[in-house]
Amino acid sequence: MISRILATALLEFAIARRNRWVIVSVAMMMLFSLVLSAAGAAPAGQMAVDPLSVTVASLISLAVYLVPLIALLISFDTIAGESERGTLALSLTYPLARTELLFGKLVAQLGVVTIAVFAGYAVAAVAAFASGGAEAAQGLPALWRLVWTSVLLGAVFLSLGHAMSCLARRPSGAAAMAIGLWLVAIVLYDLGLLAAIVADDGGTFTTDVFPWALVLNPADAFRIFNLAASGAVDAASGLSGAASSIAVWKPLAAILIWPLAAALLARLSFQRVVP
Amino acid sequence: MTILTLSKLTKTYGERRVLDEVTLSVAAGERVALLGHNGAGKSTLMKLVLGLIHPDGGTAAIAGHAPGSAVARALTAYLPENAAFHPAISGREQMRYYLRLRGQPVRLADEILEKVGLGDAAGRRIGTYSKGMRQRVGLAQALIGGPRLMILDEPTSGLDPVSRREFYALLDELAANGTAILLSSHALSELEARTDRMVILSQGRQVAEGTLADLRAEAALPLTVQITPQAGQGAALLDVFPDGRLVDQRVMLTCAPAEKLTVLERIAAHRPLIADFDVHAATLDDLYSHISGRAA
Repeated sequence: MISRILATALLEFAIARRNRWVIVSVAMMMLFSLVLSAAGAAPAGQMAVDPLSVTVASLISLAVYLVPLIALLISFDTIAGESERGTLALSLTYPLARTELLFGKLVAQLGVVTIAVFAGYAVAAVAAFASGGAEAAQGLPALWRLVWTSVLLGAVFLSLGHAMSCLARRPSGAAAMAIGLWLVAIVLYDLGLLAAIVADDGGTFTTDVFPWALVLNPADAFRIFNLAASGAVDAASGLSGAASSIAVWKPLAAILIWPLAAALLARLSFQRVVP
Repeated sequence: MTILTLSKLTKTYGERRVLDEVTLSVAAGERVALLGHNGAGKSTLMKLVLGLIHPDGGTAAIAGHAPGSAVARALTAYLPENAAFHPAISGREQMRYYLRLRGQPVRLADEILEKVGLGDAAGRRIGTYSKGMRQRVGLAQALIGGPRLMILDEPTSGLDPVSRREFYALLDELAANGTAILLSSHALSELEARTDRMVILSQGRQVAEGTLADLRAEAALPLTVQITPQAGQGAALLDVFPDGRLVDQRVMLTCAPAEKLTVLERIAAHRPLIADFDVHAATLDDLYSHISGRAA
């Protein structure tokens, strides 16, 4: 079982490398990290916080957009592409269980996301140490937290991408669904919540529903957990005020449960695929 | 020893019966061809045997095991129609992957690719391969591990005549080693009669089964006889053969296979009128369209 998962992962990683997904993901993360580091260096002088913590606070809002996007781009073609090429039927006639096939691909793609995350944040860390010296070491715990939560966030959206890939059956349809999911989960969800709060004007929605709604979205849970745990202020998101009122275990639980739930959803969607 | 056994296998999609009580068996070392138009149910039958879809009636067994079970999968190899492997990886990488899945040593990759004539292209990306070469990659993966049952979906489509002959030579070798082979085709002539038995499907039903000779005898398609008259003897010849027609200065007539000798005697009796003659048996395509047309 392990050998078949590993074989699938190796092939998938080779494909990701040849398709330039690895290089593109790494380049994207590094470039944005570099830009944020440069932008974040300016206010660092006035604040009594180390430069790395400031950079991490900016990286949180970067990661919440970029990591899901990279994950969906890598994963949308996974099943639909094989189905269209005719190799899915072939693979499934081998002594290879559907779970093994899906898990092998997830492992390889998560490897790509992890490499991109490490590369991007390493650039930010190097920049912070270069400008702040040893003082920047205070921000290392926050950076590490950002690293592993980013990888988990990537895992969630990889599996969601797989689910889209199974349901759409065609790569073009899967791509459209993946972009739609990204827009809804990352952009529209927050806008919708903000609009609801404004309309509600401090009513029961704001006090009872909203904190849960915020935690249930993996991207928001990721943002709130990182902000709350590092005590940083997120200027880019209007939701930061709410973040402080939510107990830290809630977003943490969401971050830990979502990868499993999404993987399960992908597996169930895969079961419905008839090659 | 029987490897593949199908008994009254039935599959319906909604109201449509794509496979209707097909009963068939393939023994070790036997090569059976599955013939039929597009949509006759060939691919459906193969997917049922592979366990990719499940029947609505009847049973299928591979050496006594249910299709799709771990043992059945380990015993069976499959060549899908027009398989397009990922263009970004090399033939060798693709082959190593399939070897790993079957628990075979990866060093066999080059040996297997060599066997299908891809030895020189093993390190190149599949995206650079021609259609025929991609078909050979598909064939190569089906050879892994010496399968007991081989399911080949239109394996010769896209192959040139030389490759097709090499392909059948490979099949002969496999069959000699005891592999049961079930292959499909949409044309009888594609098969070059290199199979032991044929099963003809039409609209999901099994309309004929047997060797090529059996099918010919059963169909009893007429022979065509062409007689070229000596110069100026055309009209005289037509008087002697009133059942013929004059086409392009030659007399054409048809006769049942059993009448062949009688016609030859008549030709011999009128030697002075005749310059030459030809006898044509019905072609494989004639035979095939006759059988599948009769069912429809």
